[in-house]
Amino acid sequence: MQRGLGLVMSLMAAVPALAQSSQPTLERQQTLIHMVRQDCGSCHGLTLKGGLGPALTADALHERSMDALAATIINGRPGTPMPPFQGLLNEADVQWIARQLLAGFPEIR
Amino acid sequence: MKKSFCVLLLALASLLAQAETVLRGTGDLGIVIERASGSVQIVDTTHQTVIGHVAGLGDLSHASAVFSRDQRYAYIFGRDGGLSKVDLLTATLVKRILQAGNSIGGAISQDGRLVVSQNYEPGGIKAFDAETLALVADVPSTYGSEGKRSKVVGLADLPGQRFAYALFDAGEIRITDLSDPAHPKTLAYPAGKQPYDGLVTPDGRYYIAGLFGEDGLALLDTWQPDQGVRKVLAGYGKGEEPLPVYKMPHLRGWSIANGRAYLPAIGRHEVLVVDTRSWEEVSRIAVKSQPVFVMARPDGREVWVNFAFPDNGWVQVIDTRSNTVSDTLQPGKAVLHMEFTPRGEAVWISARDDNRVNIYDTASHKVLRSFAAESPSGILFTARATRTGF
Repeated sequence: MQRGLGLVMSLMAAVPALAQSSQPTLERQQTLIHMVRQDCGSCHGLTLKGGLGPALTADALHERSMDALAATIINGRPGTPMPPFQGLLNEADVQWIARQLLAGFPEIR
Repeated sequence: MKKSFCVLLLALASLLAQAETVLRGTGDLGIVIERASGSVQIVDTTHQTVIGHVAGLGDLSHASAVFSRDQRYAYIFGRDGGLSKVDLLTATLVKRILQAGNSIGGAISQDGRLVVSQNYEPGGIKAFDAETLALVADVPSTYGSEGKRSKVVGLADLPGQRFAYALFDAGEIRITDLSDPAHPKTLAYPAGKQPYDGLVTPDGRYYIAGLFGEDGLALLDTWQPDQGVRKVLAGYGKGEEPLPVYKMPHLRGWSIANGRAYLPAIGRHEVLVVDTRSWEEVSRIAVKSQPVFVMARPDGREVWVNFAFPDNGWVQVIDTRSNTVSDTLQPGKAVLHMEFTPRGEAVWISARDDNRVNIYDTASHKVLRSFAAESPSGILFTARATRTGF
């Protein structure tokens, strides 16, 4: 609990725009789940156990911070095939996806 | 007496009719991969119907298949390392093995006796007896001095029981000769940065690896491999900042049409056209988005192109005489794959997020028929069995 709070506070300090943005609507969340599983899944696997891109399961990500994940989604990773999603996803989307990945990403309903 | 004779005749006739429905060829069959449910539909391309369904094939989120040379069996490679042998006639799973932790596809040997998988984890290729799926060769993609294993991409069969493939992490093309599976012989050729897929020309001579990490493609003449890799279309990006690539393109021998190779650019919304004799650039064609599949109609008169997320609702058709886009179609949501019938009168297109497969007439570009499938991705027809590099 304490640690989680610390993470949120450090995130707020590092990326204020992200922390202030609101939660995506429930409908948008379903779209994001579908996108991550199906389209990010073309490199990371539908089960997110990895492919050309690394595994994105909660186990695989347990040492990653939420802001590092969010930054990777927004900016991509130069030198690797990971593309930037800036322009396709807003800050609330990215923050929500990063949080879900760390917790274990939901299945498509 | 007379009546019972009639009954007997009727019974015989119905038996004959039954026998007729059981006997059939397989040259017009195929499969549609249902990526999210781990199943395949078995389809008949003559009658444009679904004739069977086989489930229990594991994680098919990046699945491909090759066919036995009698075109009866499909060997389906799953993302989870599963290799499934499916009988298209009886619509049954004959055998299934888990051969790796993370796999990307496979190939079948010239003589049809070896089915070979290409794996990310553990990196390498493995060969299996096509009859029994017993492991007959294991060739790790080890590189460098620390014993690391590269992810393997672009596996293609070559004449002479050889297989060409590329090493994403090591930047190499390798050719492994499996004519004696107990003693595989592998040769390696430096190819360039981050090869992402490969193809062999339909005659089995040239192997081309697409490069993600640099502008250009790596070409190896397998008739004289000692000459090494030659870069083609080098610097096609002209130093411009590449656009983001939301899905890696796929390469196969289907890109050859009209004496030219039609290849997806990486990070540019273009199809690159290169002459297959001189390997010089002929043209480049501006298209809607990042191309994924650039597939020639079997007669080479047209090339159909689909695109990466988020523009995956579109398909464009290139006229290979003028090298211009002649038509733009919207076949559905999330178009993942296209497959031409063996002689190309129709093309089947999967629209994942519509849960449909749409069959197009390639002369009129109109939909002939459409049927339901669960998150369809790859569509693969048995005629692939007769083609080198498929």
